[in-house]
Amino acid sequence: MEIVLYAVGALLLLAVLFGAILGFASIHFKVEGNPIVDQINEILPQTQCGQCGYPGCRPYAEAIANGDAINKCPPGGQATVNALADLLDMEPQTLDAGADEVPVTRIAYIREAECIGCTKCLQACPVDAILGAAKQMHTVLADECTGCDLCVDPCPVECIEMRPVAVTARTWSWPLPSSDALIATDRRGQML
Amino acid sequence: MNAQTNLIASSERKIWPLTGGVHPEENKHQSTTRPIGSVPLPETLVLPLSQHAGTPAEPVVAVGDKVLKGQLIARASGVISAPLHAPSSGVISAIEPRPIPHPSGFSEPCIVLSTDGAEQWCELTTIDDYRQLPPEELVAKVRAAGISGMGGAGFPTAIKLSSGLSIRTLIINGTECEPYITADDMLMREQAQTIIAGAEILQYMLGADECLIGIEDNKPEAIMAMRTALSQSASADKMEIVVFPTIYPSGGEKQLIQILTGQEVPSGKLPADLGIVMQNVGTAVAVKEAVVDGKPLISRITTLTGAALQTPGNVAVLIGTPAHHLLQHAGLQDSQLGTLVFGGPMMGFSVERLDIPVTKTANCIIAATRSEFPEAPDPQACIRCGHCAQACPASLLPQQLYWHAKAENYEQLLHHNLFDCIECGACAFVCPSAIPLVQYYRASKGVIRTLEAKQVKSERSKARYESRLARMAQESAEKEAKRQANAERAARLKAAKANEQPGVVEEDPIQAAIARAKARKAATAGQPARVELSAKQKELRFSSLSPGHRLKRLRRRSAQHRLLAMTPRLHG
Repeated sequence: MEIVLYAVGALLLLAVLFGAILGFASIHFKVEGNPIVDQINEILPQTQCGQCGYPGCRPYAEAIANGDAINKCPPGGQATVNALADLLDMEPQTLDAGADEVPVTRIAYIREAECIGCTKCLQACPVDAILGAAKQMHTVLADECTGCDLCVDPCPVECIEMRPVAVTARTWSWPLPSSDALIATDRRGQML
Repeated sequence: MNAQTNLIASSERKIWPLTGGVHPEENKHQSTTRPIGSVPLPETLVLPLSQHAGTPAEPVVAVGDKVLKGQLIARASGVISAPLHAPSSGVISAIEPRPIPHPSGFSEPCIVLSTDGAEQWCELTTIDDYRQLPPEELVAKVRAAGISGMGGAGFPTAIKLSSGLSIRTLIINGTECEPYITADDMLMREQAQTIIAGAEILQYMLGADECLIGIEDNKPEAIMAMRTALSQSASADKMEIVVFPTIYPSGGEKQLIQILTGQEVPSGKLPADLGIVMQNVGTAVAVKEAVVDGKPLISRITTLTGAALQTPGNVAVLIGTPAHHLLQHAGLQDSQLGTLVFGGPMMGFSVERLDIPVTKTANCIIAATRSEFPEAPDPQACIRCGHCAQACPASLLPQQLYWHAKAENYEQLLHHNLFDCIECGACAFVCPSAIPLVQYYRASKGVIRTLEAKQVKSERSKARYESRLARMAQESAEKEAKRQANAERAARLKAAKANEQPGVVEEDPIQAAIARAKARKAATAGQPARVELSAKQKELRFSSLSPGHRLKRLRRRSAQHRLLAMTPRLHG
């Protein structure tokens, strides 16, 4: 009988002790915000384009953390979907937008002769990448433009277009050799 | 012959073996039979603005400008950049994109110079004794002369000379380990004294205690010439010529440091972190000419070789000379030409056009026949023989890199130190399955660099987006605060009013407005204030006027009404 009391007493003591430790930890080591949101946000391309249906990358990161689909980011492409699937330990899905897995990098270009200086695109740009003032010609800071195309629609004279970024000798890189043969017999199969 | 062997073997210094390495067929004898020649002045020189690693230069001349030989035509933009000078006198005929020597085959902005044949130099400032000047001034001269590394990647030389770290050893690289190329070999044979003079200047600039000149033992004539020149020079006790066995790629910067000093440059570090700076023999000559003679870098020694040439050899060429001009001079047989390669057969790249110009880094042009450089056989499957790992001079695992590159697993590639690969091609050379390993690594490096650039940009975008949100939040907070302040003031006024006339209960804003109007009226002494008031306010105000005023106001109102009603009649 006595031994049972000892056991209960010991367990009770342990319970109180661990409860105290957990209580202490929950107050003093409390994590502010949701760390997974930050990790998801790191993976998203930060174009702030809103093509996912949320007003920016962080809101979409929050939505993913709350269970939204991970395949709604066309600027990130399949690579982002895969990275998110890897992070969240999910099955990689195909990109919602369709077959365009390798998104072409594009940036906004203002045909300056046609610009009337209405500042509407300035207000639309999520990264302040358009320079200008009322009744002054506007221009895009090419290095800062994320290619979100949010400035295209507000323009009343349609002088903004999205242009693909040209590959130069500096940004060019060797292509991966095209060989699909994994084992020698693959090649024989092709020849037959 | 005996004396020669002695000279080669007399290197007493301990040397260390290279890790890995291969012995490709040298094919150097074809281009060493004749002395360094010269080519006639071409009619046009094409000067790419990007001749070096780093940011392209910025033109300082316009189309139609007349320039003298050696005149600055494009200035360095940014820290890692080098200026460009006119290689001959003439007129700038265009600044436009032209094909450049680059594996992509792209056209990039170039300055096109039509030569006038006068070869008229601009004014040069020569120095009698460079030791009178502080090293920083000499480094500035090297920077202004547009010198970039002439052996390999073309890194601007001045940056290597002003790292700010204390340098103990200067190594002059006369290895030239890649097959076919003999430009440095011929330079050492013919201009050994200039190389030693350049090395002395470099040593003075760096404050280095010792200077090692590393040469492979397959260049006996060059070794002899260099030893003779060194024994005649004043700094024979501070310099040493070190000869070591021929193996490819012993001329790589990190590889040569390992051979000569036994030290390995850690991954991600620079030789300067070990107190070592390495310069090519061609760079040493360019430094001497820049410092002592005041001449900018406008020409270099280039090897013209390959079985499609009748007279292969080395020539001193002006930067910007189109390849076809040189090849014609060397007796190109058009029908024989299979591949045109810029650089050596291991690390060079083939180009599709003959009008590509020579740049500061172009050490060799190979006009090869089809049988000389046959098309690469189809790659077979990797049989995991491991020869590549034995050949790798950087002690990497080429096979693992290959699998991960194929799987596009960039994290693993970084884990396996892909960026320590010097792309020497030793692994691909020994691969029995003829897998183009280096191309896999180059492609993966490119993708990783692009991804890193994207990551940097996305970080910046995020910061800009967040600062925009913060700014907008601040703006709306300021607006809100203003609104709040207005409301509070109104409330205060109401309270004050209530205190003054406890009996009167009226709507607060109207009362406040009346109070304001009254105060203003009192202040302006009789001049009525023009304030837009609502009908109710007007009525209230009207009722508070004295009888005389009321009458006046009534008359004015009715007169206005009449006027309005009679407007057509007035016109009639």
